Amino acid sequence: MNHLLSIEDLDREAIERIVGQAERFAEVSDREIKKVPALRGRMVLNLFYEASTRTRSSFELAAKRLSADVVNFAASGSSVEKGESLKDTVLTLSAHKPDAIVIRTPWAGSAELVSRWCSAAIVNAGDGKHEHPTQALLDVYTLRRRLGALDGASIWIVGDVAHSRVARSNILAFQKMGARVTVAGPPTLIPRGIEALGCEVRYTLRELPSADVVYALRMQRERMTEAWVPSLREYVAWYQINGRRLSPRQVLMHPGPVNRGVELSGEVVDSPQAVITAQVEAGVVVRMAVLYELLSGSPVPTPAPEPQLA
Amino acid sequence: MAASPLVHGPHVAADMLLSDVHVLDPRAGIDARHDVRVHSGEVAELAPPGTLDREEGEEAVDGRGRRLLPAFFDPHVHLRTPGQEHKEDLETGTRAAAAGGFGAVIAMPNTAPVIDSAPLLRSLRDAAAREARVPVGFLPAITRGLEGKELSEMAELREHGALGFTDDGRPVVDAGVLRKALRYQRLCGGVLALHEEDPSLSHGGTMHEGPVSAALGIGGIPSVSESTMVARDATLAGYEQGRVHFQHLSCIDSVEAVAAAKARGVRVSAEVTPHHLLLTEEDVRTLDTRMKMNPPLATAEDRAALVEGLRSGTIDCVASDHAPHARDEKEVPFEQAPMGTTGLETAFAVLYTELVLPGVLTLELLVERMTAGAALYELPTPRIAVGEPANLTLIDLDAEWTPGEHGWESRSENCCFAGRLLRGRVLLTVAAGAVAYRERAFSVVAA
Repeated sequence: MNHLLSIEDLDREAIERIVGQAERFAEVSDREIKKVPALRGRMVLNLFYEASTRTRSSFELAAKRLSADVVNFAASGSSVEKGESLKDTVLTLSAHKPDAIVIRTPWAGSAELVSRWCSAAIVNAGDGKHEHPTQALLDVYTLRRRLGALDGASIWIVGDVAHSRVARSNILAFQKMGARVTVAGPPTLIPRGIEALGCEVRYTLRELPSADVVYALRMQRERMTEAWVPSLREYVAWYQINGRRLSPRQVLMHPGPVNRGVELSGEVVDSPQAVITAQVEAGVVVRMAVLYELLSGSPVPTPAPEPQLA
Repeated sequence: MAASPLVHGPHVAADMLLSDVHVLDPRAGIDARHDVRVHSGEVAELAPPGTLDREEGEEAVDGRGRRLLPAFFDPHVHLRTPGQEHKEDLETGTRAAAAGGFGAVIAMPNTAPVIDSAPLLRSLRDAAAREARVPVGFLPAITRGLEGKELSEMAELREHGALGFTDDGRPVVDAGVLRKALRYQRLCGGVLALHEEDPSLSHGGTMHEGPVSAALGIGGIPSVSESTMVARDATLAGYEQGRVHFQHLSCIDSVEAVAAAKARGVRVSAEVTPHHLLLTEEDVRTLDTRMKMNPPLATAEDRAALVEGLRSGTIDCVASDHAPHARDEKEVPFEQAPMGTTGLETAFAVLYTELVLPGVLTLELLVERMTAGAALYELPTPRIAVGEPANLTLIDLDAEWTPGEHGWESRSENCCFAGRLLRGRVLLTVAAGAVAYRERAFSVVAA
């Protein structure tokens, strides 16, 4: 594997390999010194065009636990604000010879584009509303730990599917792992043609009790001002996952950050069914596994020769 | 109307003898081998093959195995002048036209500044009279600044050579404004060419709405954004007894709306681009920005309806919507890229390769539809007949080539057909009586 651009590019075997490696790395996190020398001397560059604390710090932590050097490049306050194009920024940063670039942008396909412009391994940390593959991998990891296997499981993804890269990556990843996926939400936030990805579509939560896993998506407040739904109140009434709708045997997931009282009620966030903090924990080990998968195969850099004293 | 509607740069009237060439002009009823003499830029003689001798000062062109067609007419190109000459200018754009076998083109007004006043139109026509390789006609804006609010000075623009009017690139959103333009058309004439799109439906979209946009997480443009506006404006044109032309149709509902308007006797016409005739949303899956155009590439069903519409005549003509953009403007993520593909240099060859060779359309019909745009703008249709000005294109139908392999005549390279293996190569184009293009490897026998 040279890059991680989308879940679409992965088969079940590749997903299992990464998740399996993550399980081995999980043991590292429990040590007193949470660090292995696997990627010593490698450089990982985080290139983020969107505000992101969680994903970025999760990648940073993952790289550091593998002993790689990390450089963070945020688009705000940089040359990007001075009008530099994505290509020029990538070419400029490539001059530092990073081994991997972790990139997030608001534009679909940008990770794939960047992979054509430089020789570094590219990790897609979110490209517009297209994909967020490491999120899907950490969700598979979390569910495997909880359920054992995903085969035959019914997973409902609930909420704003139209604007969610998490939804797209997870629909693909869960299905590749043998689960059946249903997306549910207000018709204005379910894109036309989404069935082509193989999922079922529902506009109410009437059949939610049949789900083994309920995956709630973040409902962004700007969707209200854009009038995608009549009101927050009506959204909550029809689509909020709360104690009344969630049955005790169901597992509850959310990509974070949670809007308490909107897509999830407070009591379900705090319930033992919720694996939301386990997802965050999984983020680090899964991203370690991804970086390891991409970088450990490439030739180890030879150390610079010691300067000779005359 | 005072000024002549088409302008071209200085050129030398051609004197040539094309010997033993297969002449095909469906309107003139010619489909046979002839010797063709062009004298002082006019078709002087058409005679059986081998019967005409080269005269002193004539260029001899060996026509054996080649077709001589009436030069094509493109009613929809973007020459990007003034203001965006880094994409294209009058010289490079008309050179691309000539290389594609086009003998005349009509340029759109969405330049910087917008062509919406007589002084701007005059200076642009002056520039064309210095630089254009093939005759160019101009459609100034329907509304000032393409803002869709106030009419441009249409009557004065007509006196200065406006062929018609368009806000191309944008729709006339306000029905009341379009109605005023239709009423004003009674004073000044001139076709109103319409880019149909309802921004309240297309807003936020950068490709066709459907399974591919859903899978890619890209905002979709539903095809009803176009078809509802076609239906609205056909109704308005009928009510005002006006004359409108629908630009770059992209979907089945629009074709049906045009057919219904024509059946009611409303004076509407329509064009379709080679890319909408040949490509679909599936071609956008790789997010190649050359596949990003407005209207967007739609479904296979839409594509089939457009081909059938062109065949049946519901759609009157082919237009390239040649839309050049600089490399760095297109080398960005798909959602950020500007809309448009170049098309002048590939239009005939892609349609010949993909529609004529498989037997979907006849060559006669393709030639007819690639020259029909002229009459829609009340211009003479290019014809191969004695006494007519020479508007000719000589084509080797068997020659294989790959667009882009030797670069482009256009200043831009954003062509959605780049890299395809095509059949049918333009060897020579004569426009308004002068040689406008000669393929590099195509040698002159004697002169």
